[in-house]
Amino acid sequence: MTLRVRARAGWSAAADSVFTVGLALLNVPVLLLWFLGVVLSPVPLLGNDILAVTTSVVRWRTDVERRLGTRAGMAIRRPYHPAPPRGEQGTRRWARWIITDPATWRDIAWLVPGALIAVGLGITTLAVVIYGLAGVLMLPLWLFLGEVWFGYALFWPTANLAEAWLSLPQGLIILAGGLALGPLLRTTHYRFARLLLAPTRAAELRLRVAHLTVTRADAIDAQAAELRRIERDLHDGAQARMVSVGMTIGMAERLVHCDPDGALKLLAEARTTSTDALAELRHLVRGIHPPVLAERGLEGAVQALAMSLPVPTDVSSDLAGRLDTPLESAVYFAVAEALANMGRHSQASTAWVTIGHTSGLLTVQVGDDGIGGADTARGTGLQGVERRLNAFDGTMAISSPPGGPTVMTMELPCALSSPRT
Amino acid sequence: MRVVIAEDLTLLRDGLTRMMEAFDFEVVEAVDNGPALLPALLGHRPDVAIVDVRLPPTYSDEGLKAALAARAEVPGLPVLVLSQHVEPLYARELLTDSRGGVGYLLKDRISDVEQFIQAVQQVASGGTAFDPEVVTQLLARHEPLAGLTPRELDVLRNIAEGHSNAAIAGRLFITEKVVSKYINNIFTKLGLPPSDDVNRRVLAVLMFLDA
Repeated sequence: MTLRVRARAGWSAAADSVFTVGLALLNVPVLLLWFLGVVLSPVPLLGNDILAVTTSVVRWRTDVERRLGTRAGMAIRRPYHPAPPRGEQGTRRWARWIITDPATWRDIAWLVPGALIAVGLGITTLAVVIYGLAGVLMLPLWLFLGEVWFGYALFWPTANLAEAWLSLPQGLIILAGGLALGPLLRTTHYRFARLLLAPTRAAELRLRVAHLTVTRADAIDAQAAELRRIERDLHDGAQARMVSVGMTIGMAERLVHCDPDGALKLLAEARTTSTDALAELRHLVRGIHPPVLAERGLEGAVQALAMSLPVPTDVSSDLAGRLDTPLESAVYFAVAEALANMGRHSQASTAWVTIGHTSGLLTVQVGDDGIGGADTARGTGLQGVERRLNAFDGTMAISSPPGGPTVMTMELPCALSSPRT
Repeated sequence: MRVVIAEDLTLLRDGLTRMMEAFDFEVVEAVDNGPALLPALLGHRPDVAIVDVRLPPTYSDEGLKAALAARAEVPGLPVLVLSQHVEPLYARELLTDSRGGVGYLLKDRISDVEQFIQAVQQVASGGTAFDPEVVTQLLARHEPLAGLTPRELDVLRNIAEGHSNAAIAGRLFITEKVVSKYINNIFTKLGLPPSDDVNRRVLAVLMFLDA
């Protein structure tokens, strides 16, 4: 890590500690509020509502902590049981959902020690950094006033101007120490928070089951919709054309003796229709499973895709083998969607795709030099991609600041099969 | 003319064999899988090979791979590749050795028998026969060759698709004489020095599709 990066991390940790100390001051009031909610919960009619509100305040506070932890590089996931239907808010069942969730109690247990640790560590970081800054800034003040008073670090009180000069290097050292210490203390802080705010093993499994339930339902829905689309396309397209081919040939049969010319015309027509039907089938097949994907695997198919784009697109891959067919197809369509989005919105002049596979994780990146501003929340296409990848426990992340560049990263756990020869 | 056919679907293989024989081609071997194709091509050195891209045992692109391998061994071995779908990627791979005698058509085109036979003959004589769909997809990528008039581009496109001068004349509703005038203009504009005609046609097509 370069000095510059370290310094930046130090400053951000110092700035964060202002924040965390401030937030920590809320913990005790939040705790008291929640106990008040528990005490009032037996009150008829309103009690359950009060508990629901105070609990959401607690959860707001711990969620802020989780988000900050995740931002500081220490991911903390939400541990709560899935909520009962929204309409039951304020009922006894809602209250039971709150009370029986161990995560609620772990939140409560965290509030006071968490605050103490946040204040202790935050103040330490801030104190060291501020003292260092004071050393650096005090010298000009002394020089300006032409008078030395007070003391600094080793020299206390400061006896003469020479010692006053020495406050500058001392201040710099202390400041550097503070900036180095900040990130370490911040990590310690969030490590403690994770101890209580992250899901336990049991909660982890429960969340996993909930996730699998949702993604499985999504996958089944998507598949059913896909089958319906294929059925409709076949029914209205190729199938209808083949019926017409049969009819035309039947008419030609009737005409062949009395009007050979007319029969010929009809046969030519039948041939054209059969060609159209084939073109339609080809189109449909490409949408189901592109032939080039079956023939060349992910890399070749993405290359073929890149060739058809108006934007020059560089494809590089270090895949040593083939992926499982369902996964290969999901990744292919994800890349296709990403590239299509790029073509529609990014105004890019070049783009690139990299496909890599290391230690059981497939990583695919699609990037361009366009205007940025891509957002999963806005495009239904990208949401579809996310759902598709979710079914394989994959994730998708987009980095697309306004002004670009846009980089979309997809990661999927998977194994490679040995290359086919 | 001696032909090798590689096609795994029995119906289509027999149909192709029958069709080629009806047009006085001699089918020296008709293989139904990938591994048998390369030895057949190298053993017979046919005047033209008609090869399906996708063949057993893996049903990926072994037909195309064998064709490319055979052309690496015997430069310019005429190969007409057939497929259920066309990929510009494959067309480019067939074009990379900058020699003629290649074709790449959708299987659908077989239904127009005369035109298909013409394409086979074009490939056998060292020309090219690319599917209109592949030409369109390749051209969508880049600006067409600068300096050619739209009419000249039409003619060049027809050459790429494997039409003879007579056929081009019929398709564009002009006389054959006008066609050869256009073709000479194209050669001049692309800076192709006078040499044998087939070679210049191939070079023009390469420049056209690969611009």
